[in-house]
Amino acid sequence: MSTRGDSGNHGAFVLRLADSNLVLAQRLGEWIGHAPALEEDLGLANTALDLLGQARLLLTYAGALEGRGRDEDALAYLREEGEYLNCALAEQPNGDFGDTLARQFLFDAWQLPLYERLASSRDPQLAAIAARGVKEARYHLRYSSGWVVRLGDGTAESHGRVQGSLERLWPYTAELFDADDIDRAMQVAGIGVDLGAVRVDWEQTVAAVLAEATLARPGDRPWHWYGKRGEHGEHLGHMLAQMQALQRAHPGARW
Amino acid sequence: MTESRDWPLYEVFIRARGGLDHKHVGSLHAVDARMAIEHARDLYTRRQEGISIWVVRSEEIVASDPADADAFFEPARDKVYRHPTFYDIPDEVKTL
Repeated sequence: MSTRGDSGNHGAFVLRLADSNLVLAQRLGEWIGHAPALEEDLGLANTALDLLGQARLLLTYAGALEGRGRDEDALAYLREEGEYLNCALAEQPNGDFGDTLARQFLFDAWQLPLYERLASSRDPQLAAIAARGVKEARYHLRYSSGWVVRLGDGTAESHGRVQGSLERLWPYTAELFDADDIDRAMQVAGIGVDLGAVRVDWEQTVAAVLAEATLARPGDRPWHWYGKRGEHGEHLGHMLAQMQALQRAHPGARW
Repeated sequence: MTESRDWPLYEVFIRARGGLDHKHVGSLHAVDARMAIEHARDLYTRRQEGISIWVVRSEEIVASDPADADAFFEPARDKVYRHPTFYDIPDEVKTL
């Protein structure tokens, strides 16, 4: 990674948060019209819109920190895959409904304690966005953990499938807590947070919900993904192609 | 997963703000009470419609039989004296 000044670190730190939300919101949006019940269609869409709302604030702020005149739309629609700094967990394909809710649960259980700490960041803008996000994240976690329990403690079929979802998604959770230079610099500056402390909360939430769901915590593996450094798997490019198609074909298009 | 049409039906009641009654706003399908509350929140309060939600299994509601409507409700029709409309209401009383 190229060396960055502190302002570059700051911008990248905010962009990571923004991109994780944006990408996950787009994934959830793919469910609209396809969820197993009309009620779940709206439940997923509400979560997606919450995440998208946060992403817009964060993207706008990241653009301002960057100081090159890029607004939220330029950042969302006109960047290449390698410039996206979302966590790899967010870009994983929806799979079945259980896969989607398992992904959401692992994400929400991380985002809530992260926002709780960011709410007292030395960066007032980021603190304000996080404080607003805490309430939304708390509901998202309630919704997704409810489904993990229902599926895990449901039938033999649903139990086996959601256990498989957790096994597949688990390797992507490691980077959430793996502090790199940017994370450390931001923590030292009082802007970021202690990811180790976030992990303690995450592990507690995950342990409690998996116990109620009669599911087993998957084992940790040595290799890590680093979506937050722009290293993405095969799936993100396809998703972005769909998400960006309209702006690429009709630059500056508006409703 | 079972089809959502096999999920039990719940009736949803929303209290718009403090001091008002919960009002029936609609119904939804859910597999359990917790999901019913969450669905109600997602379907019926996304535009700040309320501050409190009740859900109740539709099958738990005991309703009058439409066939009994004549016997139940007709007899009240010609008993205007049951309405408190034969009093002069003082101007100072605003909320009666």
